[in-house]
Amino acid sequence: MASAYLDFIRIRFLMMLAYRVNYYSGIVIYAINIGAYYFMWKAIYGSAETLGGFTVAQMTTYIAVSWMARAFYFNNLDREISNEIRDGSVAVQMTRPISYLMVKMMQGFGEGLFRLLLFMAPGMIVAILIFPVSLPTDPLRWAMFFVMIWFSFLINSQLNILTGLFAFFVENNEGLMRLKRVLIDLLSGVILPMTFFPGWARAILDWLPFQAITYLPGSVFTGRLSGGDAWNALLVQFVWFAALIVPIWLMWRAARKRLFVQGG
Amino acid sequence: MRKMGFALSLFREYLANYIKTKLTYRADFWVEVFSDLMFSAMNLIFIFVVFTHTPALGDWTEAEVVFVYGYFMIPYGIFSTFMNLWNFSDRYITKGEMDRILTRPAGSLTQVMLENVDPPSLLGSLVGLGIMAAAWAKLGLPLHWYDPLVLIVMVLGSVLIYMGLYTALAAISFYSDAPTGIAPLMYNIQNYGRYPIQIYNKGIRFLLTWLLPFAFVGVYPASFFLDRHHDRVMAWLTPVMGVIFFALGLYVWNRGVKRYRGAGS
Repeated sequence: MASAYLDFIRIRFLMMLAYRVNYYSGIVIYAINIGAYYFMWKAIYGSAETLGGFTVAQMTTYIAVSWMARAFYFNNLDREISNEIRDGSVAVQMTRPISYLMVKMMQGFGEGLFRLLLFMAPGMIVAILIFPVSLPTDPLRWAMFFVMIWFSFLINSQLNILTGLFAFFVENNEGLMRLKRVLIDLLSGVILPMTFFPGWARAILDWLPFQAITYLPGSVFTGRLSGGDAWNALLVQFVWFAALIVPIWLMWRAARKRLFVQGG
Repeated sequence: MRKMGFALSLFREYLANYIKTKLTYRADFWVEVFSDLMFSAMNLIFIFVVFTHTPALGDWTEAEVVFVYGYFMIPYGIFSTFMNLWNFSDRYITKGEMDRILTRPAGSLTQVMLENVDPPSLLGSLVGLGIMAAAWAKLGLPLHWYDPLVLIVMVLGSVLIYMGLYTALAAISFYSDAPTGIAPLMYNIQNYGRYPIQIYNKGIRFLLTWLLPFAFVGVYPASFFLDRHHDRVMAWLTPVMGVIFFALGLYVWNRGVKRYRGAGS
């Protein structure tokens, strides 16, 4: 049974490998993204030493690592799921003796793994060569970072699945998917670390799952969170992962009773 | 000219169709409008939050950066209304719907554009105009009689640049069968033209000016109206670049269509 799921990872990985144009252009575009944000932040800092508790060096590292982490956790599961619901092929998938949502998760993981190995690794090397990125020397920190981006992947995919499953209930969830994308980019810390937000906004954001996607792993990697705080961050991620299982499970249960295939 | 009239009459029909569909899914329509506006709000929030930590970006003040953003929203809204090609490669190439397009009397690009027309995006243009006006007042800029006319020309130029680039981007799916495409990543790059181009290094400046000229959909044309950053040459290059890039986009598209062989299945 487990091997069937592993095959889904493998197949998606190979599928990604087949489209080389995406791959080469992807590396270039990620490098440009990191570069543009690097210069923008340099201009924002101006002559200031620290902003929002980040030094310039920490900020550079944070930008590089959070874009690279994004390469790993990013996927289009929401779109895939809602397309399959809308064109009705989800019905066929449901008759199979494997869990539809697990398959989706595995496919997302195959995609992430592909980007991690062939995107993040070379991208990080390029970023280190061009920009003053400082990597942590402590192996424990590295290990922790990888565990944390694994949870980033899980939480982000869970949110994607939730958004995708909405297609069962609203017929057209295009707007919702766009909204989710905007929210994740803004509130997860890719474009703006949480410490930059004003106090009242932070108080709210601390209670939302988004910061667990980018901000927490990025902070551990740059050394802004260490020791007990870092373990705490990991715990927060785990709690969100566990908590998000509930709405997915409820929605999936409700969805199966509701399913009607449009135009079928 | 007659072709143009034909396309316009088609546009009316598709618009009517669009309204009928949207009236069926009313709730989603509003979510869509709301999320589009949220997207702009996100970028504004970024600007506002950043400026709580710094007085200036390069030597641009907050109101000036907001002004540029307001300008950007106008052409972007118009562009998104007519060119909603985000799922082009999946829907038309992978699923083979291009076959149907090619049998239609309208031009292939016109037909694809019409089928995906998205009028609510125009709302973004209006909001952009409002933001620009507010920033205009805040900066105390003089309003010349020719400013509205120049604005129209600049916006047209910017729209053409966007259309050219995205037509070319969509046409890439005729050459390579990448399913996810470069679009989502390109999506990020387009953001950078909205910030003062001077803050970037030479490489990125060159890229944003000549290769993927997103700076002409933001900072260059907007600088025409800003006294402190007035740059007449770059501003007037906007319509020129628009024509060039739109022509390039059409060229890539037309060559790409010839290569189209239909979906395998």
